[in-house]
Amino acid sequence: MSTATASQGRQRNTGASATLPDNTLLGWLREMVLIREFEIRTMQAYSNAQIGGFCHVYNGQEAVVVGTFAATTKQDPIVTAYRDHGHALARGMDPKACMAEMYGKTTGCAKGKGGSMHMFDRPNNLYGGHGIVGAQTPLGAGLAFATKYENEVLGKGDKRITLCFLGDGALNQGALHEAMNLAGILQLPVIYIVENNGYSMGTAIDRGTTMAHKLEAKAAAYGIESLTIEHGMDVCAIYDAFKPFADARRRDQKPGFVDLHTYRYQGHSMSDPQKYRSKDEVGQYMEQDPIETLKKQLIEDRACLTEEDFKAMQKEVRAVVREAVRFAENSPAPDPRKELYSDVFVDPLPNSSPSGPYLHGETNHLMRGSR
Amino acid sequence: MTTATIPTPIIETTREIQFREALREAMTEEMRADERIFLIGEEVAQYNGAYKVSQGMLDEFGPKRIIDSPISENGFAGLGIAAAMAGLRPIIEFMSWSFSLVAADQLLNNAPKMLYMSGGQWGCPIVFRGNNGAGGQLASTHSWCVEGLFSNVPGMHMAIPSCPYDAKGLLKTAIRCNDPVFFLESERMLGDKGPVPEVEYTIPFGEAILRAEGGDATIVSFGRPVNFCLEAMVELAREEIACDVLDMRTIRPLDIDAVIRSIRKTGRLIVVDQSWPFASPASEVITQVCERAFDCLDHQPVRVNTDDVPTPYAKGLEQAYLPNKGKIIEAVKSTLGLL
Repeated sequence: MSTATASQGRQRNTGASATLPDNTLLGWLREMVLIREFEIRTMQAYSNAQIGGFCHVYNGQEAVVVGTFAATTKQDPIVTAYRDHGHALARGMDPKACMAEMYGKTTGCAKGKGGSMHMFDRPNNLYGGHGIVGAQTPLGAGLAFATKYENEVLGKGDKRITLCFLGDGALNQGALHEAMNLAGILQLPVIYIVENNGYSMGTAIDRGTTMAHKLEAKAAAYGIESLTIEHGMDVCAIYDAFKPFADARRRDQKPGFVDLHTYRYQGHSMSDPQKYRSKDEVGQYMEQDPIETLKKQLIEDRACLTEEDFKAMQKEVRAVVREAVRFAENSPAPDPRKELYSDVFVDPLPNSSPSGPYLHGETNHLMRGSR
Repeated sequence: MTTATIPTPIIETTREIQFREALREAMTEEMRADERIFLIGEEVAQYNGAYKVSQGMLDEFGPKRIIDSPISENGFAGLGIAAAMAGLRPIIEFMSWSFSLVAADQLLNNAPKMLYMSGGQWGCPIVFRGNNGAGGQLASTHSWCVEGLFSNVPGMHMAIPSCPYDAKGLLKTAIRCNDPVFFLESERMLGDKGPVPEVEYTIPFGEAILRAEGGDATIVSFGRPVNFCLEAMVELAREEIACDVLDMRTIRPLDIDAVIRSIRKTGRLIVVDQSWPFASPASEVITQVCERAFDCLDHQPVRVNTDDVPTPYAKGLEQAYLPNKGKIIEAVKSTLGLL
């Protein structure tokens, strides 16, 4: 069983990202800025009680989705846990639909029925946004099963890979181990990507997880090849390591496992006092900020960006996010007469419930391509 | 008292097959017609099914469509759910619904709620099927009747056949359904033979069938206990007590209209349900009748459930615990003031 460690990601211009055009990397920068600015407004809205429930923001981890998604096509299924705003935005969800969902508005991606933890985007093959730790990992196996079945039994579709994201806390859920064993036994083209930010809520990884510093051992137990990406704050390092790994899994239609080291700047959720870690520790990671890292590279190594360009990019993105907030604020709340009882069944039948008949759901125009 | 009659069988065929064969025919016929359908579960392929329901299906469809899973209910239930979202039509076999409890998160959080959570973007056309109910001295962990527990959750249909004809017709409907279906079979009925025509048919969800017609009391049941109700009905008929026996066929949807039609005639309701009494399908039927047709009742409704204790092992204890003909007769007589 081979494992690889992408610890040399800091060396410039040697990996696959070096051959990519400036515009691609500028696009990555913009996506990370979009996620960052979006989450800043998310936190404000949460503080103002415009967003309710549980809310987990992505600040600090932006490079993970941008770097890994760059190795996929929109036809490759994605599924993740509840820290999912970054996945939605990087996959191409309209920021308006994403923000409106958190505002609980009928224009949200799930018409206000899912909230922060349940971002679904059918046109972009994002299969959620799942709230129970680890619950998405059998789904990841199933999505890979489906793409392989389509190839081999139905004779259609290109070879695809599924990316199934999980936090390091999910390493200790039984669901993941059942899913990885199934992926190994059935040889399913799914890559389990551990967004290893070092903490499951307030529990440091080595307090809750065996072999915390050698997670590839867990994959090896299931016959799954693995990759460790230590420089997960650096989008180019992620891409350079992940792209060949993902390409091989796609080509061979086999599973993979990635321990991707990253860091979240904010607490686990919006209500986390963060007594389990020091400000110094957070500060050390902020010095490796993924946006600053790529920005510096584009200015100094590629000379395709200036400080002024970056400010203009930030300004443009902030306008997009402001527009998303405005859209969310001005969108109508779901009408209980229409929405409470719709989308329970695709084909509602009479007498299914004593509390009322189920209704056919209306299509959300922002999520075109959905049913 | 009026005279009990058993309606002329709707099934005109001389062919009799086992319950398990009826299930197999439903799956096989649907799989021939739709390549998106696959079957996954423990021992379904090379072993030919722990209870021989899938016997021969590996030979016909091959290992890509008839798939042996390791013992990982949560894993393969979740696998099926995502495959359904992605456009396939999975049939998930639980060797027993008792073992489905370790998959509760996938069964109860994901399958029935995916459409709602995604705002209508992704439905989940999947069938979960397997043995439900006491198998015969299997004790408490292996004798689950999940209908009470699982039917509490909105977003899925629950079908529960009582005979081979219904097993085939309801399972075909389940497989074609665009929403999740929990399909409850019974180990004790798999060898039961009954008439099943070769001609194509399906049975719609949410339409109860009147198995026997009489004017004195209405007995409502689901799944295997329907057969105990029919035994009780025959014995009561000898005492000139005539009962309607309604086989509900599905718990969700629940054909409460059929129940009300019958009690408008009889004024007496007995619900026989193999799950525990507290918050059970029996409680639901009685509640809905009280809400919608209280004025029709001439006597308080009576339910016959399993006793409200864990399923015991000892033969005599298990028999005392399960619904049976004697308990049903007693319940009917109590509503008629004959005890």
